[in-house]
Amino acid sequence: MSAEPNITPLLVATGLSKSYGRRMACEDVSLSIREGEVLAIVGESGSGKSTLLNLLAGRLDADSGQVHYRMRDGVTRDMGTLTEAERRVLMRTDWGFVHQDAAQGLRMNVSAGGNIGERLMAIGNRHYGDIRATAAHWLTRVEINADRIDDKPTAYSGGMRQRLQIARNLVTAPRLVFMDEPTGGLDVSVQARLLDLIRGLAADLGLAVILVTHDLAVARLLSHRIMVMKGGHVIETGLTDRVLDDPQAAYTQLLVSSVLAA
Amino acid sequence: MNASPYNFAYLDEQTKRMIRRAILKAIAIPGYQVPFASREMPMPYGWGTGGVQVTAAILGPEDVLKVIDQGADDTTNAVSIRAFFAKTANVRVTTSTAEATVIQTRHRIPEMALTSRQVLVYQVPIPEPLRFLEPRETETRTMHALAEYGLMHVKLYEDIARYGHIATSYDYPVEVAGRYVMDPSPIPKFDNPKMDNCDALQLFGAGREKRIYAIPPHTRVVSLDFDDHPFERNKFDHPCALCGASESYLDEVVTDDKGGRMFVCSDTDFCEGRRAEGHRGHLLGDEPAAREAAE
Repeated sequence: MSAEPNITPLLVATGLSKSYGRRMACEDVSLSIREGEVLAIVGESGSGKSTLLNLLAGRLDADSGQVHYRMRDGVTRDMGTLTEAERRVLMRTDWGFVHQDAAQGLRMNVSAGGNIGERLMAIGNRHYGDIRATAAHWLTRVEINADRIDDKPTAYSGGMRQRLQIARNLVTAPRLVFMDEPTGGLDVSVQARLLDLIRGLAADLGLAVILVTHDLAVARLLSHRIMVMKGGHVIETGLTDRVLDDPQAAYTQLLVSSVLAA
Repeated sequence: MNASPYNFAYLDEQTKRMIRRAILKAIAIPGYQVPFASREMPMPYGWGTGGVQVTAAILGPEDVLKVIDQGADDTTNAVSIRAFFAKTANVRVTTSTAEATVIQTRHRIPEMALTSRQVLVYQVPIPEPLRFLEPRETETRTMHALAEYGLMHVKLYEDIARYGHIATSYDYPVEVAGRYVMDPSPIPKFDNPKMDNCDALQLFGAGREKRIYAIPPHTRVVSLDFDDHPFERNKFDHPCALCGASESYLDEVVTDDKGGRMFVCSDTDFCEGRRAEGHRGHLLGDEPAAREAAE
């Protein structure tokens, strides 16, 4: 591997394990991701993919294993040694987390503008006009009409809420975004539009995205690399096209063949 | 004077010591909410049980007590708390701001500037400024610990987005000594500037929520705002109808069922003082007794 800084991984996880009582939710998982790369974690329900995402994002404590992250100042830090204050600052500046259920990621009783502006105010922006202009900019960026800026998310459709959640996360220009089933529960045409948007934003902004999905079509469309999980273990990893076109593991073959042809 | 059947100022000495310890800690960390073992008081929650406990803990036999409720000395809450301490502590009570050494207040700060020999005790219903934005106590405590106060500005942002200006007019959040964001209790924001660099010690007691906090004398207290929407005091279009004061906080009083109304000082002691000095508002009759007049 070359010593060029831009190809050192942004995030490296080694030997992550987590059990709930005697049940292993996630065992000895290692992965790395670089800037601009989209990594999909796929698998059936209960395969441990959401647990893995929460471990990576520091929302759960791992039983064993480490996560290293290259901070904005270029220093790679062990996430386990960050103070809570540092971790929280990281989570609302350099990271984003898009939940499947937008109600978890948004403040439902605060207007769209306030939702987008919250991170800006959290990092010390105290100019109302600037905050509002940035919020309006990000609304249009995620294809929501700027005149909806004062509406609450409760007045938004499911797809719009999801796009608002993305805007809220991207406003501080994070380098790494975690997504947990971002298109779950949306109808197909709305899904397609959202996927298109995420793909465009990830490419434009050079985001690293770790995406959890059970939908192979979503993984195919968005991700460069894919990780297939089952029962808390990684079954197969590789370039998305390679894994989906030529699955090696028996389970992956089953998964790929069980997708209904459109 | 008859011997009172109560311990001095109602609470037993151990309880008062416990409250004083909480008060000392609160003074040491301005704006920080110190938990304390709030007692049952012979009055319902919401009637000032927190303020009464703080007052009981700091009151000495030489103190002169004044109690105000929305600025007035003669409303139920003020009258009964004053009577309570007159009975249980046998202290001298007064309605005069200048004479008092301990002033317990609900929702106002007196118009007259307080001095270093006075203590102002606030009754607080909900001490947590972040509560309506973040319902989890564990989370709000973490936010205080890490000084994560962005959320407080989200509330002000929402005000401006909805009303075009910061519409919060009471309970207006302040930052104390450059660190903790604090709920000043439901005083009008008109009173917020009086908390800054005040000569008197300010204590806050929340009985139901079991919290005590404080602003020591001469502490910087800043009302939160935006650079392009700075904090503004409420302004009134009228002077007081009784004493003609134009720089005091006014209450609107409906005088009849035909839309008649008058604006009078909410601080009754201040208003009476000015009238005694000869200031006259336009609705003050010749005889103070005949002042219903109007219309």
